[in-house]
Amino acid sequence: MIKKITAGCVLLAVTAGVALAGGHSGTPEEKTVGARNAMMGLYSFNTGVLGDMMKGKTDYNAATASAAAAQLAALAGADQSHLWIAGTEQGVVSGSRAKAEIWSDSAGFGTQISSFATATATLAGEAGNGLDALKASFGGVGAGCGSCHKAYRGPRN
Amino acid sequence: MRRILRGLIVLAVIAAGVAWVLSAPKTLPAEEFAGVTGDAARGEAVFWAGGCASCHAAPGSGAEAKLVLAGGQKFPSPFGTFLAPNISSDPSAGIGAWSVPEFGNAVLRGVSPNGAHYFPAFPYTSYNKASVQDIVDLKAFMDVLPADATPSQPHEVGFPFNIRRSVGLWKLLFLNDEWQLQDAPSDQLERGRYLVEALGHCTECHTARNGLGGLERAAWLAGAPNPDGKGRVPNITPGALDWVKVDIAAYLSTGFTPEYDSAGGHMALVVESLAKLPEEDVAAIAAYLTVIPALP
Repeated sequence: MIKKITAGCVLLAVTAGVALAGGHSGTPEEKTVGARNAMMGLYSFNTGVLGDMMKGKTDYNAATASAAAAQLAALAGADQSHLWIAGTEQGVVSGSRAKAEIWSDSAGFGTQISSFATATATLAGEAGNGLDALKASFGGVGAGCGSCHKAYRGPRN
Repeated sequence: MRRILRGLIVLAVIAAGVAWVLSAPKTLPAEEFAGVTGDAARGEAVFWAGGCASCHAAPGSGAEAKLVLAGGQKFPSPFGTFLAPNISSDPSAGIGAWSVPEFGNAVLRGVSPNGAHYFPAFPYTSYNKASVQDIVDLKAFMDVLPADATPSQPHEVGFPFNIRRSVGLWKLLFLNDEWQLQDAPSDQLERGRYLVEALGHCTECHTARNGLGGLERAAWLAGAPNPDGKGRVPNITPGALDWVKVDIAAYLSTGFTPEYDSAGGHMALVVESLAKLPEEDVAAIAAYLTVIPALP
């Protein structure tokens, strides 16, 4: 009986957690962080499609590669100003790993965003032209993820 | 009573004398380097494998400033904060005026040109396993890097850790030039061991340390607290890292995990160097990491 109640409570807690993570409830700050993390999830998914082709884990497919690269470019090229609102840094909003430097050094952060948009646009133009073209144009995108995370993302734990 | 006191004083003087002798810097004679010619192109490969720029480039350097080794990055530790010195080719602010044996003894033995011990924040504790040829090549490459006149900043290390001579005793206890992975039954594993244990100095962050800052060798690469206080440096033995070789190699050269998250913290800097290694070297590191003992 106690076991059943415990299991029920755990289920409720998990459901509540999933619902919150979905980003449809909570404060505006929490919703913004949820949306950012969803965007990062899409970046990661599309990078993974391309990365697995480059690693040889999946076969190269021009149409899929183009679609993934185009989505990266579309996301990276869109206006993100409403996603990086003040008061959403790590430690303030749960789930956020955004460093305060995003706001204290907004010019540097803006440079990262715009150079990532450029790199993904280049990739989108090349990803469908064969595996070698994909590999050659991917470097700037990978470096973009790394350099922005290095400067503006806090540690996981 | 007076006799006991006198005896104690004599003993203390003897102990101090023994400590002084034991803590003396031990250097390689200049003959070790005689006849070894440096090749800058080969030295560049050593430079990226050794990760020199990860610590010695100025803080926040972009890709284009990676080769300006002006120093200034801070490395907190339980003993104080170490500041990476200027190792650019500037003859006065940097190390451009050093001879090959002086450079070799700094890297391979942790001894400065004027005979002082370096703190082991400088990973000569790993570099001591590197070949003389590699280090002479490295010098040839660093000699042609840009000069920068920024003066080196003093370390922020308090008493008693600021007594350089005591590092000599530390070296007696913890400096070790034996391979941790004793059997490397293929050329690839031998190369991987050399890259991980010597040039790459992975263990300096990925292995926990005892109270005196010596490596806990039984826990080789099994993770450690992050010295800057946030989070942990991960366990990269097969006991925790279950990535296949191709995933490890891709991570080291692109920074992407198998889930396509990207490397952060100091590892992002490490990847910027490792990305410049030839594919077979990255594969050798990956091979090494899959055969070391799995630790929880």
